[in-house]
Amino acid sequence: MTLLQLFLSFVQIGLFSVGGGYAAIPLIQEQTVALHGWLTADEFMNLAIIAEMTPGPIAVNGATFVGLKVAGLPGALAATLGCILPSLVIVSLLSLLYRRCREMPLLQGVLGALRPAVVALIASAGLNMLLQLAWGGRMPASPGDIRFAATGLFVAAFCALRKLKWSPVLVMALCGAAGLCLGLLGLA
Amino acid sequence: MKESRAAFRGRLWQLFFGMLSISAVTFGGGFVIVTLMKRKFVDEKHWITEQEMLDMTALAQSSPGAIAVNAAILVGWKVAGLAGMLVAVLGTILPPMAILAAISLGYQAFAGNRYVSLALRGMQSGVAAVILDVSLSLGQHVMKDGQKTHLFIMAAAFIATFFLRVNVIWIILCAAAAGIALTLRRKGDWTA
Repeated sequence: MTLLQLFLSFVQIGLFSVGGGYAAIPLIQEQTVALHGWLTADEFMNLAIIAEMTPGPIAVNGATFVGLKVAGLPGALAATLGCILPSLVIVSLLSLLYRRCREMPLLQGVLGALRPAVVALIASAGLNMLLQLAWGGRMPASPGDIRFAATGLFVAAFCALRKLKWSPVLVMALCGAAGLCLGLLGLA
Repeated sequence: MKESRAAFRGRLWQLFFGMLSISAVTFGGGFVIVTLMKRKFVDEKHWITEQEMLDMTALAQSSPGAIAVNAAILVGWKVAGLAGMLVAVLGTILPPMAILAAISLGYQAFAGNRYVSLALRGMQSGVAAVILDVSLSLGQHVMKDGQKTHLFIMAAAFIATFFLRVNVIWIILCAAAAGIALTLRRKGDWTA
C-alpha cells in the first residue's frame, strides 16, 4: 500500500513539474510533507540541501531519499519509477509528433502561462523554508522567537548569491561551516 | 545500410556510459546537462545535428518532468530507438540514485550527530537563500516581459499557494487552462 502511495505521489510530482529543476520543489514539499507526512519540514529542508549539493535532477534525488526512508529499496525504486514514468510516456509521444508539428502555438501559450505560476510556487516554497528556519513555523509567537543566527546567515547567503554572484554550492558549503562555528560557540 | 548487431550493441554501451558519466558530474540542473550532452553527442560523436539538439532542448524544457531525463529520452530514441531510450534514461538516473542512497544511509546514521546537525542547520539558511534567489531572478524575467496577464497569473498563484494553501496541482492546472484560453482568444482576434 505504501509502495503504491509512493509511486502515485511521485507520478504526480513528475507529471506536474514543468520547467525543470526547482519546479519540482513545491510539489515534493506538498506530497511528502503536507499530504503524507513522510518527511518533517526540517527533513525536507535537509533533502533540498542534499539535492542542491549532489548531481542529478531534484525529483530523482527526492524520490530516492523519500522512498528509502519510507519503504527501503523497493520504496526508492517505486518512487523513482513513478517520477520518470510521465516523462517516458509524454516525451516519447512528443518526439514522435514533433516532426509533424514543429510550430505549436497552443503548447507555447500554455507554457507561457505556466511559467509565472511556477515562479510563484517556487517563491512560496522558499518563503516557507525561510519562515521555518527564522522562527520555526508560519507566524512568530513573539519577537523573542526569531532565531537571529539562522536569519542572519540567510541574509548573508542571499547577498552573496545576489550581489557577489557566488555559486550556490560554495554558498551552501560556507553556510555549513558557519553553522558549525556558530553552534560550537553557542550562538545558534 | 544495415548495421551489424555488434555495432548496435556498441552504440548502446557508448550511449549508456556517455549519459552515466555526464550525469555523475553534473551539478546545477537541467541546462548544464543539456550543454554537456551537446558536446558529447553532437560535437564528439556526430550522432545528432546541432539543430536537432536545439529542438530537443526546447522540447525537454517544455515537457513535464526533469529536463535531464527528458533530454535523455529524446537523444536515446534518436540514436538507438526504444533500447537507446531505455539505456539513456538508466544512465541518467543511476548516478543520482546511487549517490542519494549512499547519503541516505549516512543521513540515518549521522543526522543525530551534533556537528552534522549544526552544519545542516547552517546549510538550511543557504538553501532557502538559493531557492529565493532563483525565484527572484525568474520573477524578474516575468516582470521584464511585462505581459499583464502573466503578472496577474504570478500574483494569483502566489496568493493561492502561500496564503490560501491551495493544492499545487490545481494551481498548475488553472494556469495551463488560462494559457489555453489566452492562446485561443488571441487566435480568434487575429482571424476576426
